[in-house]
Amino acid sequence: MTPLIEATGLHYRYPNGTAALNGVDFALQEGETVALFGPNGSGKTTFVLLLNGLIFGTGALNVCGIGVSRKTAAAVRRKIGIVFQDSDEQLFMPTVLEDVTYGLLNMGADERVAVEAARKALGQVGAAHLEQRAPYHLSAGEKRRVALAGVLVMQPDVLILDEPTTFLDPPGQRDLVHLLRQLPQAKILVTHDTEFAGALASRAVFFERGKVLGSGPVEEVIQRFRWSLDYD
Amino acid sequence: MHQRTLDQWSRGASWLHRRDARAKALGTLALLALISSAPVRAAPLYLGVTAILAAGILVARLPLAAVLLRAAIVIPLSLTFAALVAIQGDVAKAAALVVRTYLSAAAALLLVGVTPLPKLLDGLRRLGVPKMIILTTQFLYRYLFVLVEQSQHMRIAASARGGGRVLRAIGLRRAAGSVAVLFARSYDRAEGIYRAMLARGFQGEFRLLEPTRFGWADSLLLGGLVLVCAVLGWSLPAA
Repeated sequence: MTPLIEATGLHYRYPNGTAALNGVDFALQEGETVALFGPNGSGKTTFVLLLNGLIFGTGALNVCGIGVSRKTAAAVRRKIGIVFQDSDEQLFMPTVLEDVTYGLLNMGADERVAVEAARKALGQVGAAHLEQRAPYHLSAGEKRRVALAGVLVMQPDVLILDEPTTFLDPPGQRDLVHLLRQLPQAKILVTHDTEFAGALASRAVFFERGKVLGSGPVEEVIQRFRWSLDYD
Repeated sequence: MHQRTLDQWSRGASWLHRRDARAKALGTLALLALISSAPVRAAPLYLGVTAILAAGILVARLPLAAVLLRAAIVIPLSLTFAALVAIQGDVAKAAALVVRTYLSAAAALLLVGVTPLPKLLDGLRRLGVPKMIILTTQFLYRYLFVLVEQSQHMRIAASARGGGRVLRAIGLRRAAGSVAVLFARSYDRAEGIYRAMLARGFQGEFRLLEPTRFGWADSLLLGGLVLVCAVLGWSLPAA
């Protein structure tokens, strides 16, 4: 079966010369949920920005059968939905409903269709009651839900969540796990939260200094790289 | 925060809020033209404009005192220029300068207080204002929130470490450094917002739900305002 995402020898260097990715190989199968672990600055976030065609490196990168390049970036962004770490960066329209319809309207959807789909997505994430609220008045958990709705409404094939548990209290994290379990899309979770990853992912990939050092079942990767909150 | 208050005001549901942004923008333009072309000694005209603005604020169900107070933000600047004019001996002209500036600010404030910025910009775009100006304003508005949030976070962080007293002790040099940090952090945040917009298919335009439609009530508002401005302007002696 052809993977949804296939990256081979991916390199990326920031404009200041810092090498962020040094030959990353990665594959994501349909329906799979993969956690990306690794120290801060190891290249995880850079990697997902490349997947979405927001930055461009060298090497081979295919997303849903599309080779990622500047020319195909718009098509790639329809296939990959990113929920960014900071929801405040993602929510920029005046009301929740306008924010959730934003992506669909950009894709050329009819206003009526966009509103219907947005309401459905808001219902899906349990945020239907927030549609007329201003995003900056929401709690962290509500913002996360709305940000997720704004991505789900575009019906991406792959969902990427960058540090999804940041700012969320334990009940909020629990709700998010339940919600994500119900979503059929393949998912990539960029996280330091091993419990959260263990609850959702079947596989983990460990990044360090822009390289993939190992991959396997979540528990195995946690043990191998001593990636847990074991204070002893 | 000032812009959040404006944003909240602009989301009201009054008759004036529901009017097409083009009618409100053009009506405001007529008022501004009247104010700026008024002769120095034109108390009835200034009173007339004040009455129009007060009526607008009341119809829009905005807090009258708060609007009038916020419009006064321009007074220190206009007083500076008025003082220069007064020094030259033309006190009446100096007073007119302050009044004109204040009324203009109040008119602009009423416009943004009854029209959400995205709708106002959409209206201006339909009136032929270049897309680049519209887009720049939209970003400026969004990033203004970012700048204010960042400055608040930094202020809280500084206060938590005795920042107020420290700042007084170290003086302006360190304060200037803080401003540089604020801009750097805001720039990073703005980059993040732009990336998030691109990720959801941003193509250089904000598409709105319910684009405004110019109806008979909008014609009534615009026609009425233009007519009142014309009558007020015509009934007064030339400057």
